[in-house]
Amino acid sequence: METVKVQDITANDLPWVIRYDASRCTLCGSCVAACSFRAIEPKVERRRMVFSEGDLPEPKQRFSAVPVIRQVRNLTQYCRGCGICTKVCPNDAIAPARNPDTRHPIVTRCVAGDSIKRGGRKNLEAGTRTLDKLRIGRISQMTDPSLDAQRHTFDLLAPFGRIMPPGKLPFKIGTDGKLEPDGQAPPVRWIYPVVIGDMSIGALSWRMWEAVAMAVAYLNEECGLPVRMCSGEGGVPVRLLKSKYLKYMILQIASGHFGWNRIVKAMPDMVEDPAGVLIKIGQGAKPGDGGLLMAQKVAEHIQAIRGVPKADLLSPPNHQGLYSIEESVQKMFLSFNAAFKFRVPVAIKVAASATSVSVFNNLVRDPYNIVGGFFLDGIDGGTGAAHEVSLDHTGHPIVSKLRDCYLAAVSQGRQGQIPLWAAGGLGRAGDLAADAFKMIALGANGVFTGKLILQMAGCIGNEMGRCNACNTGLCPVGITTQEPRLVHRLDPEKAAQNIVNYFLAMDQELRKLMAPIGNSSLPVGRADALVATDRGVAERLQIQYVC
Amino acid sequence: MCRIGAIKSRNYVHPSQALLLMQSQQKGHDNSGFAMVMHDLGGIFEPYKHLPTLSLACTNEGVRIAEDMLHAAGFQRVMQWMPETDPRPGLDINAMPNYIFQTYDYPKFYKKEDRQTKEDLLLDMRLKLRRALEQDDQGYVYSFWPDVVTLKEIGDPKDIGTYFKLWEPNDRFTARVITAQCRQNTNYDIVRYAAHPFFLQGYTALANGENTFYLKNVELQRKLHRGYIGFESDSQCFLYSLHYVHRHLGWPLSYYKHVITPLPFEEIDGREDRDSLLAIRQSLAHLEINGPNTIIGVLPDNTLFTCCDTKKLRPVVVGRDADTVVISSEVCGINEILPERNWEKDIYPHERETVVIDNQLEVHRWRQ
Repeated sequence: METVKVQDITANDLPWVIRYDASRCTLCGSCVAACSFRAIEPKVERRRMVFSEGDLPEPKQRFSAVPVIRQVRNLTQYCRGCGICTKVCPNDAIAPARNPDTRHPIVTRCVAGDSIKRGGRKNLEAGTRTLDKLRIGRISQMTDPSLDAQRHTFDLLAPFGRIMPPGKLPFKIGTDGKLEPDGQAPPVRWIYPVVIGDMSIGALSWRMWEAVAMAVAYLNEECGLPVRMCSGEGGVPVRLLKSKYLKYMILQIASGHFGWNRIVKAMPDMVEDPAGVLIKIGQGAKPGDGGLLMAQKVAEHIQAIRGVPKADLLSPPNHQGLYSIEESVQKMFLSFNAAFKFRVPVAIKVAASATSVSVFNNLVRDPYNIVGGFFLDGIDGGTGAAHEVSLDHTGHPIVSKLRDCYLAAVSQGRQGQIPLWAAGGLGRAGDLAADAFKMIALGANGVFTGKLILQMAGCIGNEMGRCNACNTGLCPVGITTQEPRLVHRLDPEKAAQNIVNYFLAMDQELRKLMAPIGNSSLPVGRADALVATDRGVAERLQIQYVC
Repeated sequence: MCRIGAIKSRNYVHPSQALLLMQSQQKGHDNSGFAMVMHDLGGIFEPYKHLPTLSLACTNEGVRIAEDMLHAAGFQRVMQWMPETDPRPGLDINAMPNYIFQTYDYPKFYKKEDRQTKEDLLLDMRLKLRRALEQDDQGYVYSFWPDVVTLKEIGDPKDIGTYFKLWEPNDRFTARVITAQCRQNTNYDIVRYAAHPFFLQGYTALANGENTFYLKNVELQRKLHRGYIGFESDSQCFLYSLHYVHRHLGWPLSYYKHVITPLPFEEIDGREDRDSLLAIRQSLAHLEINGPNTIIGVLPDNTLFTCCDTKKLRPVVVGRDADTVVISSEVCGINEILPERNWEKDIYPHERETVVIDNQLEVHRWRQ
């Protein structure tokens, strides 16, 4: 015991323990080469073998040096449980196992004297989901016929843009008795009710970002699904800004304003308007924090797009000079509506919070009618990098908050005037169609999703602590890294294909959910289509409790 | 399932025709009630077309409350008609003690007011009466409007007809437009107010089928107008949307169809008036209906129309002869009262059509 201190880090202190079977291992080295975290290493062990060769037992011993794979035991190069070693092992000789006795949250803080940072999502309460306690329970039977999901036509579109109250529509009655436009109304785009959420170049590898952009273009041009993608706060490649595909992009601006220099400079050369502008005030995974891109991910091309040196890039928690909701409205108005000559809808994204309804009410009552969407992001959303304490312990669940906002609009007769878009852990169980449908029935016009898109491309992170290392720049599947060796693991065309296929499947599934309730248009706010198997949930969301 | 019917004629028609129209369709409804609204009145009401008539079913105490309130508000009664009833034993009717149709003159200080002000007064007075009579179930105020009477009761329509002697045609109780329906609202509670047709400020609507966007409709309508109340039936939403679009927004009737069953986005995109249609679709998304429904409506100028949901999951047929147009869920109803008509000219409206019958009895077919 003299040479081992009880405070030394051992494998049992770490969140994952490597299970290794030396008898199956061929020592090919694939696992060690593939582990982006350097969490396993080759090692030579001294082995003793006792054997007997004669007719009678004559035990002898032999010592040999045996090469094996061993888990690295330190707090920077530790196993994240990503399972890449298992994936590449030809003999199933190695696999990470979750360590329920991990002391990692304690020892890391004790050793580093700094808060723990990681990527991914909240890792508490991985098992409980409000949405799983809801069912689509109002099925058409006798009083109205169900539709045929295969044969009926369905209108699966959601608005992005400020919608005027009917009494304020700029109409006059023409001489032929028809309504004619008489004045200008804010721009509104009707898009697919699932927006690909804001993940920046920088947070994502260039191949992953390209894969998403490719998938979006394909869904629009070939599949007829008007899916939009939000750029995230990290700029957009100039070639894309000047291409016709810009019309599928929602440009994001957040408190760091990263990339906007290039966007503004590209404006004279734009051949299409962007789909919209999304102003990010906050993010559900780490509300109250600004964006964070760790220096290890600020590669040369990221420096070029964002116009920054290689350093930790921290967006401030607030937009500088923005002190009130009214100001945020003016900021939007001045900077972006005007910049795109009032042709492009501008929306706002906030983290769900106890104050969300107040914010929403202020925006709904805004007399200038310029806020084109309220993107509400819940605690179960994901992020490229954040402090673990923020990820796990700050934030607000999305389901009841979305419902509160919708009902706040209902109580004023203003539902639909600022489209509600919800996110934060939707599709966590893999069924985005079901989650999206339930959110829509609770009052959302549409949903947005980020993490799930990455999972379609091959991300192996989950809510139970697996991987969640997006901040390290060592993403084992090439999605959230700028390290060329790792990025090349990702086949962007395959990733794009997966995203396209998932959307096609989801589109079918949305129809399969609309058909039984007899609706061909999205049932926004049709909470009577839902029932809850939990009394508390039913009461909170004002829907029927069933048992 | 409901069956609905409407008659519009150059001549005054007795309600027995409406009973006949509905009787032949009785297998399609459950005989749980009868309701009708009559516009453009003849007979004893003909001289009073410009004055509001109160349609009331109530207790004795209810009569007193209503009359006191009307007098206190300055209304002066000019005519009263209480239908003679036949309360023979064995009738399936859940009757109220009194059925009263009273015509009033406007309060003196309203005589010089414009039409809009008078119409708002009538609405507010009806809402006040309704609230007052709701206590202790003292009565039901169905309409208070010029040239309109309403009758609703719970029971077998045949027996209700017998009770009110509606099977015996006469020229005292007639109208040029009659809408009728033979069923109580069985989806929700049995309440007299829940039976179609529904009436508000000159507009009448009745419908067939479940309104699957009821919650969306009702949650918006509650905030749109003080007269949008009750919601005892999901079909009241169709009336309120009609009232909102045509009266409140002042849009032509053709836009009612665009509001309740908007065109698919693809079709809107190909139209010259796409900007207007898109604006309507997005601003009034919560008034959309999503079927399965057929709606019959009457406007304050006595124009009659019908339209369906976009999937056309409920039937309707329009038939006519020289003097009368009949709209009915089933053609057998029209056969009953217009047996000699040319049935080859019957119209079976499609899902994108509004069929409108004007006061010259011309039938217009508007394609959405």
